[in-house]
Amino acid sequence: MSAGPVHSIGGYVPMVDGPEKVSGRAKYTADFIEPGTLAGRIYRSPYSHAEILAVDVSAALALPGVIAVVTGADCDKTFGVLPVARTEHPLARERVRYRGEPVAAVAAIDDATAAEAVRRIKMTVHELPAYFTAEEAMAPGAVNLHNHRPGNIERDVLFELGNVEEGFAAADLVRERRYRCAEVCQNQMEMHAAVADYDALRGRMTVHASTQVPYYVHLMLAQILGMDMAQIRVVKPHVGGGFGCRTETLNVELIAALLARKAGGRVRLVVNREETFITHRGRPETEIRLKLGMMKDGRITAVECECIQRGGAHSGYGIVTILYSGSMLYAIYDLHRVKYLGKRVLTNTPPCGAFRGHGTVDVRFAFEALLDEMAGALDLDPFTARRANYLTAPTFTDNDLMVNSYGLPECVDWVERESGWTARKGKLGKGKGLGMACSHYISGASKPVNWTGEPHATVKLKLDFDGSVVLLTGAAEIGQGSSTILVQSVAEVLGLDMGRFRIISGDSDIVPKDNGSYSSRVTFMVGNAAIDAAQNLKKLLVAAAARKLDCRPEDVECLGELYRAGAQDKGVSFNDVVTEALKDSGTITVTGIYSTLPASQGGKKYRGAAIGGTMGYSYSAQVVEVTVDEETGVVTVDQVWVAHDCGKALNRLTVEGQVQGSVWMGMGQAMSEETAYHEGLMLTGNMLDYRVPTIADSPPIAVGIVESDDPHGPFGAKEAGEGSLAAFLPALTNAIADAIDLRFDELPVTPDRVFAALEKRQREKRAGQQAA
Amino acid sequence: MARLLSFVLNGRRRVDAVPDNLLLLDYIREALRLTGTKTGCDGGECGACTVLVDDRPRLSCLTLAASCEGKRIDTVESLAENGRLAAVQRGFHEKLGAQCGYCTPGLIMVSEGLLRANSAPDEDEIREALGSNICRCTGYVKIIEAVQHAARLIARGEAP
Repeated sequence: MSAGPVHSIGGYVPMVDGPEKVSGRAKYTADFIEPGTLAGRIYRSPYSHAEILAVDVSAALALPGVIAVVTGADCDKTFGVLPVARTEHPLARERVRYRGEPVAAVAAIDDATAAEAVRRIKMTVHELPAYFTAEEAMAPGAVNLHNHRPGNIERDVLFELGNVEEGFAAADLVRERRYRCAEVCQNQMEMHAAVADYDALRGRMTVHASTQVPYYVHLMLAQILGMDMAQIRVVKPHVGGGFGCRTETLNVELIAALLARKAGGRVRLVVNREETFITHRGRPETEIRLKLGMMKDGRITAVECECIQRGGAHSGYGIVTILYSGSMLYAIYDLHRVKYLGKRVLTNTPPCGAFRGHGTVDVRFAFEALLDEMAGALDLDPFTARRANYLTAPTFTDNDLMVNSYGLPECVDWVERESGWTARKGKLGKGKGLGMACSHYISGASKPVNWTGEPHATVKLKLDFDGSVVLLTGAAEIGQGSSTILVQSVAEVLGLDMGRFRIISGDSDIVPKDNGSYSSRVTFMVGNAAIDAAQNLKKLLVAAAARKLDCRPEDVECLGELYRAGAQDKGVSFNDVVTEALKDSGTITVTGIYSTLPASQGGKKYRGAAIGGTMGYSYSAQVVEVTVDEETGVVTVDQVWVAHDCGKALNRLTVEGQVQGSVWMGMGQAMSEETAYHEGLMLTGNMLDYRVPTIADSPPIAVGIVESDDPHGPFGAKEAGEGSLAAFLPALTNAIADAIDLRFDELPVTPDRVFAALEKRQREKRAGQQAA
Repeated sequence: MARLLSFVLNGRRRVDAVPDNLLLLDYIREALRLTGTKTGCDGGECGACTVLVDDRPRLSCLTLAASCEGKRIDTVESLAENGRLAAVQRGFHEKLGAQCGYCTPGLIMVSEGLLRANSAPDEDEIREALGSNICRCTGYVKIIEAVQHAARLIARGEAP
């Protein structure tokens, strides 16, 4: 027998936790239903902006069955994801800044009692002027939402790298347009939930939370509760999606913990869908003014981009978001004269956050739309215009972003070929069109928001007498398949079947700390740490095998289930090697780590230039085919072709799933999704008014995988879960322009907007005919 | 008020005292702790709570438990038999019809309802049957493949 090592990467591998999910056994936070658990409910502000004069909870407390009530008076600490902007109270103190902001919370014996108690809470206030648009909030004389942010500017960004005016002067064509993207929300399927259990005897707190960042939750629980971190345990069960709204600690888990401590017990706090929308952390309403200079051959000579984001009432990730919008103008095309002006504005709406494609999506929409329009004006094919601006990797961009692998050209070629672009463009018939666009994203932020000096990722492997390997990681599996990728990576290095492995993720008592699942960092960073751990384990096993085989370690050949000294050797089994290895130390645990290169951590050419730095950029190109019904304004997406450069597809099944999901989420933003408010009251806090595409509206999405083999990625891999979102938006509007010769610069492109634009054109045509 | 309710849940006859105003969803999840059935919205928007009542998909969040007298109710927990996943479960697992998995029990039950009525649905029939269930991860492409795969497994007799 000489069966070779088992290979686990590169194929179509179903998820390791799939059987739990399809059988109903997978437990999400709200599923931890135990006797004696109290029900939590939140009382939310009915005002958009007001000074709190009094919060009267006496009637709630008097209700039989109410065990604890907490208000802002119970906690004077603040939280927030960025160390420079931790200014949010879990329960408002002194002032409320958006309608729906938590003010008080109740723990009661059951949900009906908690609901009744919330109804009995009264708040008296002095109302303040409220601002629902960035423009109103920035107007002279506006009241500051936060005293330390004059003019309601959370962050003002300005950089100019290269002389932009010279670039415009040299261009054959210069155009400037304004774009507006509506605010959108993740609307992940699982509503926010936390179960907090306070052990009053020991003074310990255990919190189960639906989060992407258990470690950040741990930090903020300690800060808000004023507890020693060592007395806190955070468990992340299965999580029903996140898409970025759970990449920071939310008030839900903090309020649950405050209630549990006050009640001296266990509290389950599950907020409903409307409250999940209000908790928000979505993509901000964004206004963009973009000016490009272009040569006749398509080369871009200069870029000037002004971006204003309506950030909502608290900082959240806001400073990072507005920086990403500028820095990520780079690293996709070869640009040398770029000016960026960004403003992140505080408004009396729910706080925005880090939605999938964080900071890059709306700016990419504007850029690719204007690029397309200008290419058309210069009689250039849209593909030619992109090809004229390619980067050559490896390189550093003008804002010091390190680009090591660059598969964009292959992506562009793939979608051109597969969509039949050349043969079909312009020949599809009335109301039909093709559009294309490109986008990119990072594989993990090279500089983490909480800089501690530790490695970026740590993975532990435990090997014991039974020959099973347990992978311990803090990486948060939220449905993206991180657990599967990590098991695949370790199995590949050891040459063993994936069935030998178990993975435990997301329990702070057991697993090593991890920064969490955001910025597409897990496959790249934790994947590399997993490979390192597996290699360290393999060294121990090879040394043990060498003793058994009486040979030098360098002569040992590892075939996974068999270790041997040369092809003629019968060898020893994996289990015998394990037995030998355990003689030294008993149970074996090994550690694997990963840290990013300092060169990848961005530059210092402007304040905040570290944002955008990563070890690997993914690239994507898309072609979208549409049919526009000119009678109704309804746009149908008939087909999407998308090619994504993920470096190396560790798992083709999950790469396809992530890319399709990204494209589709971009489609929702482009065509139907929009959070709307009336005087700060959310009008779209449900899944009917917040219109997500259904299966009936959703097109076939053909995925091409481009493997540029990144020199630093795990087995050459880069991210696959975000980079394909942004390109859909401009590819759609470019396709609509091809179909009906109308360019839409405002998202979402709803049937109403299309219909109004068609009517307007008709009116103007008639007016023109009459004038003639 | 409460009443004694008699029905068959996941193949077992039960007789329970059930308040008149108790939703089937809350009965299944909170009273029986069969937490495979999910709550995804504030009522009738997302389909995550879908169960089968007499083989037909039903939103348990819009159904009073008391209305199920004498009926057969199947939740996602009923499908796997003798340690084997049902065809529809294998379809969703093997074709990645489930990512985060939260909408999955609802989509699996609505697909199971479809396949019980029509063992070889075409793509349009799948889209129509699954039209009121929202998934936020997949873009639905692999969900369609999952149902088609399940239909093939049933046709080949490879899974129940």
